[in-house]
Amino acid sequence: MELLIKNGVVYDPTNKIDGEVMDIAIKGNKIVDKVDEFKAYVIDASNKLVMAGGVDLHSHIAGPKKNTGRMLRPEDHYKDFELKTKVKRSGGGYSTPSSFIIGYRYAEMGYTTVIEPANSPIKMLHCHHEFRDIPLLDKACFVLFGNNWFVWEYLMDNKIDECAAYVAWVLNATKGYAIKIVDPGCVEAWKWGDVEFLDILWGRPETIDEPVPRFGITSREIIRGLCKVNKRLNLPHPIHVHANGLGTPGNYETTIDTMDCVKDLAEEDRPIMHMTHVQFNGYGGSDWVNLRSGAYEIMKYVNVNKHVAIDLGQVIFTDTTTMTGDGPFEYRLHRLTKNKWTNADVEVESGAGIVPMHYKRSSSVHAIMWTIGLELALFAKDPWRVFMTTDHPNGGPFINYPKVISWLMSKEARQRILNKIPKRARTKSNLESIDREYSFYEIATSTRAATAKILGLKDKGHLGVGADADVSIYDIDPKEIDPSKDYKKIRKAFSNAIFTIKEGEIVVKDGEVVKSIDGRVYWVKPDLPSDLMDAMESELSEKFEDYYTITMENFQIPERFVARSTPIPAYYG
Amino acid sequence: MATFEDVVCPICGCLCDDIVATVEDNKIKGVKNSCSISATKFLNYHKHRLTSPLIRKNGEQVPVNLEEAVEKVAEILTNAEYPAIYGMALSSCEAQGLGVELAEEVGGVIDNQTVTCHGPTALGMHDMGMPTCTLGEVRHRADLILYWGSNVEESHPRHLRRYSVLSKGRFRKEREERKMVVIDVRKTASARPADLFIQIEQGQDYELMSALRMVLQFDEIEEESVAGIPVEKIEELAELLRNCEFGILFFGLGLTMSRGKERNIDAAISLVRDLNKWAKFSIMPMRGHYNVTGMNEVTTWQTGYPYAVDLSRGYPWYNPGETTFVDILRRGECDAALIIASDPLAHFPKDVAQNLCKIPFAVIDPHPSVTSLVADVVIPSAVTGIEAEGSAYRMDAIPLRLKKVLDPPSGIYSDEELLQMVLEKVRSMRG
Ligand code: SF4
Ligand SMILES: [Zn+2]
Repeated sequence: MELLIKNGVVYDPTNKIDGEVMDIAIKGNKIVDKVDEFKAYVIDASNKLVMAGGVDLHSHIAGPKKNTGRMLRPEDHYKDFELKTKVKRSGGGYSTPSSFIIGYRYAEMGYTTVIEPANSPIKMLHCHHEFRDIPLLDKACFVLFGNNWFVWEYLMDNKIDECAAYVAWVLNATKGYAIKIVDPGCVEAWKWGDVEFLDILWGRPETIDEPVPRFGITSREIIRGLCKVNKRLNLPHPIHVHANGLGTPGNYETTIDTMDCVKDLAEEDRPIMHMTHVQFNGYGGSDWVNLRSGAYEIMKYVNVNKHVAIDLGQVIFTDTTTMTGDGPFEYRLHRLTKNKWTNADVEVESGAGIVPMHYKRSSSVHAIMWTIGLELALFAKDPWRVFMTTDHPNGGPFINYPKVISWLMSKEARQRILNKIPKRARTKSNLESIDREYSFYEIATSTRAATAKILGLKDKGHLGVGADADVSIYDIDPKEIDPSKDYKKIRKAFSNAIFTIKEGEIVVKDGEVVKSIDGRVYWVKPDLPSDLMDAMESELSEKFEDYYTITMENFQIPERFVARSTPIPAYYG
Repeated sequence: MATFEDVVCPICGCLCDDIVATVEDNKIKGVKNSCSISATKFLNYHKHRLTSPLIRKNGEQVPVNLEEAVEKVAEILTNAEYPAIYGMALSSCEAQGLGVELAEEVGGVIDNQTVTCHGPTALGMHDMGMPTCTLGEVRHRADLILYWGSNVEESHPRHLRRYSVLSKGRFRKEREERKMVVIDVRKTASARPADLFIQIEQGQDYELMSALRMVLQFDEIEEESVAGIPVEKIEELAELLRNCEFGILFFGLGLTMSRGKERNIDAAISLVRDLNKWAKFSIMPMRGHYNVTGMNEVTTWQTGYPYAVDLSRGYPWYNPGETTFVDILRRGECDAALIIASDPLAHFPKDVAQNLCKIPFAVIDPHPSVTSLVADVVIPSAVTGIEAEGSAYRMDAIPLRLKKVLDPPSGIYSDEELLQMVLEKVRSMRG
């Protein structure tokens, strides 16, 4: 099919298009130079905002922890459900939505690509099962490596090549996309319930140099090792790091140390580390009473150090469910809040925890958290390295993105909230003194162009010829609207795209899903010298069943179990 | 002759994935690594099979072709006001997903065997959460292993050797490094390998758990015994639990199906939560049917709830006690059913079973059962995990791939294929 989006006001930062009125032509599933206007289906986009489909690089949408979160919270589903229609399956859930409606809700906001950021290798088939049931989105999954015995043993022996071969093997076997590191060292310690070790570490800058009991490796060594592995494999995305000490007052120093620990490995001006949901790792002060924002210090570092990129993990005042591969953090949160708690340690490699959470405007701590996320974005000199997320559902469900966009675009919108939070919280951050407001160009950068770029998805996040025909059209006239004043309109427009086009097909019209198609699943297929691979595999096969309770053959997921499998090659060297 | 390695055993929640099967002339000649239940199944699964689709005509089940049977199933479901799709704990996840879709399409209830086993576990989890782990964690770390209301040696014969007391882990190499405790109303076969067996009075689990929690908090217990157990023994047990490094509580139907039900589970989870103050402690249900865990997972990601999901309103609604297959049959509201790889007439309470006999229903199963004998339509299916591939989830929610080691008899299809046919038929009937 051919499609012509006529006279839209286009924001396409990748191609340096900043609000130009122009046509976008689509043929099949690609953007093309032009189409025959008389044959093509024409969408009149005059006075409408046109962007590439949204690309979310960190949102917990699929896999064991997501599903356990659903199981844990039937009360989250009772009040928020969706009816079956001619094109849609039914479902429910606000912070833990069922699979189908994740696809619908993202598409309705104009998003077309979403990345699941944390799955255990041994349970990756589960993630692929759920991916099959998330329509309308292209997807990929990051794989947890930071507490993996095999990785640690290679790194302790300083065997970077072998470690790279192992990581490559796992990515290929599980059809994963990138290296995720969560609370390195501490997850293993938590598997012994080693709260003493964790207490020593939490919130202290020395954290990353404390040897893990029984193993002796440090967080610094794990992160650096995997960063080297990542470079050697030339993976499309840098190491994706959830730093130590998450959710602890004073942790911003650990966060800076963690970013700094790979600085010398950087070449060129390309990020080699993505530091995720930094709001949760951006706390100053030494306890919950004197908690303050550490966003200024963090951004001072990020702004001048191009080897790192971050996402926000913005908090929304709402009821949500926290879920992370950071089991020890969730245990602490459970002890702190007394809320119900699920833990799920996974042999050899990882773990997870889940605790429901209600962020309240009236709580100083929660309000400070809310300011930190926004400060991070507003202090950013380079929106190409700072991305909008809520770490769905940890900071809040993804359907609140339009709110975050409005806060970024309007000081008045922020001030309205600031006026309602506790005074103490207002004094603990710089947010109130920041005048900056994001432009549409910067929003397009932070929610599409830059995220696609750091994911290494070259055909995503932009509207140049050859790009995937994923487009969103919003009902705002950027030339007319003043986002600073009309932030409610901004919110409304970004909540429901008037058109979402996925691979050249109109899937959302007037904010409603009109067609459901399956999305792709990207994964990385590294190409390594076969002698290196063979040696690693034979060593691995000797240890495999001593470590795991399943066989090496059953660990590997055949491609036919992956919906619309789309391997991306990566070349060793 | 062909040899298949790493075959996943489609029988119990252990989902052992190291079975070796030798196949000759489309027959399984031998298996290795199987327990006796597994060997029996692999070597005899082809016996006593349903061979032809059947439809009841004038009171008799008569052979028909597949197309007619599929059409009849679709008709029964489409004509019903409040149909139910039930079972599938012995189906692949791929089939289970289609089961949910079919229930949504016909506007009925989707439910599974959880209602007769670990329903209370789900409810307990909704209330409290569930600190748990994979079985490999137990193997590598556990020095205290407690089976409560589970005759593991008979229900999950390889559990001890592969995953727990008798397994060899990174940090626990010898049997002596672990303590095994069994709590049950009877001295079962599983009591034999235990270091400590505690015989509890029927229905007193909640009381014992509360007493344990009190003792752990150093509260005084006034009585001399609780649940038929002298307080000294309870104190001894509490010390064991408190002083371990890594403990695990495996619980079975003895806990979920005895008096107290979800209250028992709440108490067990509370106990494990408390124990985390002193030791690393986890809890895990001993799931029976090999893919009942998978059915809970699939139903949850598709609808938000693990079982007993009512899709008659056009969206998922969940209220166990009101929306289970048992509930809607008991109230006489369910007016048609499709039962897949399950034998509810043999397991349901009498009044419920009687109501099922009153309504039109169909059965999809490889083998004849009490339920299939009474059914209005019967469609034979392939044995998943032997004659058909797919996915299943182990009791600790590790997903595994079931293998197809040989072909089903000719004209026999998998649950997945049959459900796809029924779904398409239903859609064409509804236009
Ligand atoms: S323990 Fe269970 S899964 Fe393992 S071989 Fe025996 S029946 Fe099969
Ligand atoms: Zn996250």
